[in-house]
Amino acid sequence: MSLSVFMFYMLSGIILTFSVLSITTRRILRAAVYLLIVLIATSGFYFLLNYEFMAAVQLTLYAGGIVVLIIFSILLTHHISHRFNRPNLVNLLMGIGVAVIGSGLVLTTLLTHPFMANNAPVLSVDMTAIGNQLLSTDKNGYVLPFELISILLLASMIAAIIVAKKDKNKNSEI
Amino acid sequence: MIEGIAIEHFLVVSTLMFFTGICGFIIRRNLITMLMSVELILNSVNINFLVFNRYLYPDQLQGHFFSLFIVGIAAAEASVAIALIINIYRNLQNIDVENVSEMKY
Repeated sequence: MSLSVFMFYMLSGIILTFSVLSITTRRILRAAVYLLIVLIATSGFYFLLNYEFMAAVQLTLYAGGIVVLIIFSILLTHHISHRFNRPNLVNLLMGIGVAVIGSGLVLTTLLTHPFMANNAPVLSVDMTAIGNQLLSTDKNGYVLPFELISILLLASMIAAIIVAKKDKNKNSEI
Repeated sequence: MIEGIAIEHFLVVSTLMFFTGICGFIIRRNLITMLMSVELILNSVNINFLVFNRYLYPDQLQGHFFSLFIVGIAAAEASVAIALIINIYRNLQNIDVENVSEMKY
């Protein structure tokens, strides 16, 4: 068994265990930490696939940014020793049923479909190739979605600030 | 492609992760944990894009860019959702989905 195969099985074990733990634990801060572990293990997958830039983005944006945001909002809205009630039985059965039926359907489709592995020459994914293709206006260029996402990020930033801003008149009542 | 690991192995892991996220979305009754389930779902889709890119089209970068944009959109979505959650908490003092029905009907 080579090292990359061993790493693959270890990472997938970590991902599956901790994603199940993060939706079943009754303490919300632990759920956030388990989510963090899942995201870091996913970036290990990206390193395994030789997409180093994507793995770095995953580590900084997901594991660094979003999880910190989630933990901050947990600290703002929950008492630290808060425990959830157990979910009621109908929801539990419905969730597990949907998950089992759906994953069964998708897995049978996946495992019966013949995937043709392509043996084309591997494109080296370095920063130059990514940057050139991201900002080119040619056939395989991505400059339009790049500009669109910059506008989207600006709009969502302004929206988040306005929504979360404290109303001054309300503040005096509290 | 990677020696010794078939494409189906990656796809099985991401499928199970996706449906774990859906299960959590249905089971949980708290807005932040539901948001975390959505992050799980988005993350598993990202794995799929990159694996298809590496195994089926290794001479192109389409899947790579798609997952790059998905990560950006996920960040925007999380920031707006958390702003909304904080505002809901300020008005209702808790963030269970059952109580967020003021704007219904």
